[in-house]
Amino acid sequence: MTETAFTSKAALKRLKKRRGTEWRFRMWGRAAVLFALAALAWLMISIVGTGYTAFQQNFMTMDFELSESILAPDGTRDPEKLRGANYRRVVQNTMYSQFPEVTKRKDKQALFALVSASGATNQIRQMVYKNPNLVGKTVTITVPASDQIDQLLKGYIKRDTDESRRKVSNQQIAWADTLKERGVIKKKFNKILFMNPDSRDPELAGIASAVVGSIMILVVAFVLAFPIGVGSAIYLDEFAPKNKFTDFIEININNLAAVPSIVFGLLGLAVFLNFMGMPRSIPLVGGMVLALRVFPTITIATRSALQGVSPSIVDGALSLGASHTQAVFQQKLPLAGPGILTGSIIGMAQALGETAPLLMIGMVAFVTEVPNSVTEPATALPVQIFLWSDSAERAWAERTSAAIIVLLVVLITMNGFAIWLRNRLEQRR
Amino acid sequence: MTDTINTKFTCRDVRVHYGDFEALHGIDIDIPDRGVTAFIGPSGCGKSTFLRTFNRMNDTIDGCRVSGKIHMDGQDIYDPNLDPVLLRAQVGMVFQKPNPFPKSIYDNVAYGPRIHGLTSSKAELDALVEKSLRRAGLWEEVKDRLKLSGTGLSGGQQQRLVIARAIAVSPEVILMDEPASALDPIATAKLEALIEELKERYCIIIVTHSMAQAARVSDKTAFFYMGDLIEFDDTDKIFTNPGNTRTQDYITGRTG
Repeated sequence: MTETAFTSKAALKRLKKRRGTEWRFRMWGRAAVLFALAALAWLMISIVGTGYTAFQQNFMTMDFELSESILAPDGTRDPEKLRGANYRRVVQNTMYSQFPEVTKRKDKQALFALVSASGATNQIRQMVYKNPNLVGKTVTITVPASDQIDQLLKGYIKRDTDESRRKVSNQQIAWADTLKERGVIKKKFNKILFMNPDSRDPELAGIASAVVGSIMILVVAFVLAFPIGVGSAIYLDEFAPKNKFTDFIEININNLAAVPSIVFGLLGLAVFLNFMGMPRSIPLVGGMVLALRVFPTITIATRSALQGVSPSIVDGALSLGASHTQAVFQQKLPLAGPGILTGSIIGMAQALGETAPLLMIGMVAFVTEVPNSVTEPATALPVQIFLWSDSAERAWAERTSAAIIVLLVVLITMNGFAIWLRNRLEQRR
Repeated sequence: MTDTINTKFTCRDVRVHYGDFEALHGIDIDIPDRGVTAFIGPSGCGKSTFLRTFNRMNDTIDGCRVSGKIHMDGQDIYDPNLDPVLLRAQVGMVFQKPNPFPKSIYDNVAYGPRIHGLTSSKAELDALVEKSLRRAGLWEEVKDRLKLSGTGLSGGQQQRLVIARAIAVSPEVILMDEPASALDPIATAKLEALIEELKERYCIIIVTHSMAQAARVSDKTAFFYMGDLIEFDDTDKIFTNPGNTRTQDYITGRTG
């Protein structure tokens, strides 16, 4: 081969250099992607690793003698009166009957501590309230074990720790092991975590009120933010005159999207609570605050979706004699639809994860009832996570992680739905 | 063309400004109401801008201002009381790049009649869609797939679909802005044959970069240069015996 300008030594050297640059860039790219994946994997492993055990819990299935002499010494069957009866004694008796050889008062107390006292008493109280005729009978029901025993049996409380430094005594460990052998204590799926509202006792705490609160907040935020966000984007992009004033508005909508969310919380506190006098801790106010947070995101997504539609489509409609409004709403908006929906869903996913603004308007309250309407106190999932993460007992740690898993699953589902929807709508073009 | 030829558009001192820039420097021209009028000239000479004054599509461009008089059948189309929506129903337009709506072929053609309420029943609309597609020479190719998307057609078919879409509102004028520039020679030939048929019914104004095309399809040709109308005459005359040296230079390829 004769040497040409492309095969000379200098040219080959340049080629090698160019290839080298390309290779280095590719390696940097791969390293960045690997780093991101590793961070994600680490997050998942650490959260799922601590959290998955919370989806199961130790329960005790035992006979409870609802003796009339304890619950209704006066023979009443009035549910209201039965409410105040001494159910604690019933649970105590059941526990003592498991180990009749225990007689000392202190030991009895320790034995009673194996069961979730408030969990068991509330459960029986509810049963009797609903069916007062149960008094005098013996029922077999399943109640949660206390959080200490649950943690012990899950292996979080170490048996080889010195007795004085752990909350469960050797005697209690022996009892728990015996009960497990007898089949009284069994690990089951933790329905409580999903069905119950918050509680002071970790074994009874659930995310129900937080989930319902979060759904309500999202619905309120979406109903407010979607029409405002999409409407203002369409107006600004298609109908507003282009002048300094609309430029100013445009810049400020972009600024609004960048404002730290806690500022929106303060705004909500000042305007909705102090000025308008709305109650604290309600999902309505939470939704209103998050609507403020999310609508700039929706506006920006809508505008970029509208700008992505080829102007020739609008020209085509106009040239047929469509009015501007017809051209925009009949031809342009349907094409921008997938982008608008994706942007909105991602905005709502952001709102779902917002914590700070909700703290400011009092949604950090300890709520022990599942709210029935947007004007009843509620909390939200991220706030619930924040509250639990702050609690001392070991049992809260796994519940915090479990709640994070639920939140992440919802977020990933929402984002996945957004991607699916976009692909589906784009295919139909 | 047995009828007497009347003037469709009368333009006097038409100037178009984009902001401070004057794109057209006072155009006077009379466009006949039958046959094909071609606008030729080098890029940036203002021929597309001028075309867009006839259906007031320049109104949609920010900072664009049109002055002077354009009368269509004696009616001032820049009369502030005239709604451009009504004008555009009578003056259809075909663009450089085929721009069918991303909807079915049927819906593309039916869009105009629907927004103007031209038909009162489904059967009538079906008939109008068929008639328009037939006139655009597309019916035989698409009659079995009217429900499929218009964007799935080939470029030449898309351009004829857009023509069918324009015809469906029964305009009097069809403006074509370099309609064949994105098409291959075979599709171009079909389009030119279609223009040949359509000129019996419509006043057609076509902007083209191809002088051969102007020579083939048009009856009259206007040559624009740097925002001025240099020469306007019968196509035969322009291409065989131009009256202006600039025109001659352009059609013989000495200026571009």
